Amino acid sequence: MIDSSLKDIAAALRDRKVSAVELATESLARIDAGNPKINAFVTTDRDGALAAARAADERLAAGQGGPLTGIPLAHKDVFCTEGVLTTCGSKMLANFVSPYDAHVVSLLKAAGAVMVGKTNMDEFAMGSSNENSHFGPTRNPWNAGKVPGGSSGGSAAAVAARLVPIATGTDTGGSIRQPAALCGITGIKPTYGTVSRYGMIAYASSLDQGGAFARSAEDCAVLLSAMAGHDPRDSTSLERDSEDFGRDCTPAEAQPLAGLRIGLPKEFFAEGMEGDVRAAVDTAIAEYRKLGATTVEVSLPNARLAIPAYYVIAPAEASSNLSRFDGVRYGHRAAEYGDLNDMYCKSRAQGFGGEVKRRILVGTYVLSHGYYDAYYIKAQKLRRLIANDFAAAFEQCDVIAGPVSPTVAFGIGEKSDDPVQMYLSDIYTIAVNLAGLPALSHPAGFGTGNLPVGLQLIGNYFDEARLLGTAHRFQQTTDWHLRVPAGF
Amino acid sequence: MSLSLDEVRHIAKLARLELAEGDLAATQAKLNGIFGLIEEMQAVDTDGVEPMSHPQELAQRLREDRVTESDRRAAYQSVAPQTESGLYLVPKVIE
Repeated sequence: MIDSSLKDIAAALRDRKVSAVELATESLARIDAGNPKINAFVTTDRDGALAAARAADERLAAGQGGPLTGIPLAHKDVFCTEGVLTTCGSKMLANFVSPYDAHVVSLLKAAGAVMVGKTNMDEFAMGSSNENSHFGPTRNPWNAGKVPGGSSGGSAAAVAARLVPIATGTDTGGSIRQPAALCGITGIKPTYGTVSRYGMIAYASSLDQGGAFARSAEDCAVLLSAMAGHDPRDSTSLERDSEDFGRDCTPAEAQPLAGLRIGLPKEFFAEGMEGDVRAAVDTAIAEYRKLGATTVEVSLPNARLAIPAYYVIAPAEASSNLSRFDGVRYGHRAAEYGDLNDMYCKSRAQGFGGEVKRRILVGTYVLSHGYYDAYYIKAQKLRRLIANDFAAAFEQCDVIAGPVSPTVAFGIGEKSDDPVQMYLSDIYTIAVNLAGLPALSHPAGFGTGNLPVGLQLIGNYFDEARLLGTAHRFQQTTDWHLRVPAGF
Repeated sequence: MSLSLDEVRHIAKLARLELAEGDLAATQAKLNGIFGLIEEMQAVDTDGVEPMSHPQELAQRLREDRVTESDRRAAYQSVAPQTESGLYLVPKVIE
């Protein structure tokens, strides 16, 4: 049942053909069997899940269920969950049981979704491979020797292995789209400000955005609709009415995408993409043409500057955000220390992993006296140029399509010692975060080694419904999103 | 540009991160790799471009000045490394 669409699961729950307790039990059994192979979960919450499932069954029996009532789900371990361990993939928070819920967690609880556990991630969401977790790397369900992508690699792997039908994630520079692509599932990052950041442990606040993972675009729409909405506790939360992001996920018709103009950025197709990724992306774009869409070449001349700009802005904000981890109010405190300053220095040195420390150091430097204009302000100016490029491109097209990642999933250990090589794997995703645009990744075929390839669709601000509807039409005539890795 | 070992020591101090002498050189090499990547942006002419701090250019919202949160001190302090009588304990700062 976990492998069915949300629509089918919800119908079975409503008709009482299956109970929420049975579904939670099935999901937990799948985690018991599958998780040792992929290490997608840091925590499972059996008692909490069964209690939530019983409550969901009561709601359903009373005819008061919604589209997510009784549906098992997993939260990325960046979201605070009251009474449940919230580690952010870090030794710093290895024992942190959150005293409150993130806004997203509250909303999904209220919708009746049943959280079965918390998923593994790169420490503090910094990484593209999930190898930066204090709890060991998550493995790709398609090949356990490969990375699942990051930083939301645990959530992506859990959905790909069908341990849960849906999971939450966050995307600061590609952390939903890249793991979705590498694991062969669908993932969406909405417009910045759509999903509240309250209780979502901060990495780079002007870029961080919560989003959804599922098998299909239609299922992502159900989850995202429940996660979105104004929250006064997040100062950058947008004051917009809730909306049904699945409203364009309508049944197929002939030429369902007639009139849709898809922009293809020439810079994305010029170089860098591996041949197998290129072949799958080209085939997917041909499929979109068959569905009635037209394609037009667009240009994002400053997109190549997205990585340098990101590696100034994100570390700068991270160095500020992570200064809260001082060993005083929560988190790791060193066992032995001298004075207060020594306690800070030792607690932070012991609690943070190598990549987190590197980004804190980069951020501290670019914000330090005499360098602020040369780095931080310069990067913010580039950010403006990148956003302007997208605005110009959207004059000529409705959505932009391209690759998500230049390669299929790479080997565990292959890039972990070279930060710059790792950073370059996000070359196609980072510009979207700098501009604050919505974008999704959907399965588009397989490349070398039978590993999944994703296609990225980027929309204009607030165009989530159109993006999801477009991907949905693709998924009605293709079955890449229905493929399940062997052994799961 | 590249950072000297002294600069690495200095930013580690500013960031309150203890860095062992033996790890300095490796840290320096990785940071300089990252700064090599970042330097690419210096070649672009950005004169007259307005810096962009936030995608939606929102103004900060104001709220009414009234109490909205309940007292949850005990719950919040339950996750602290060391507390006593409702206070967070740290090493002595003032003699």
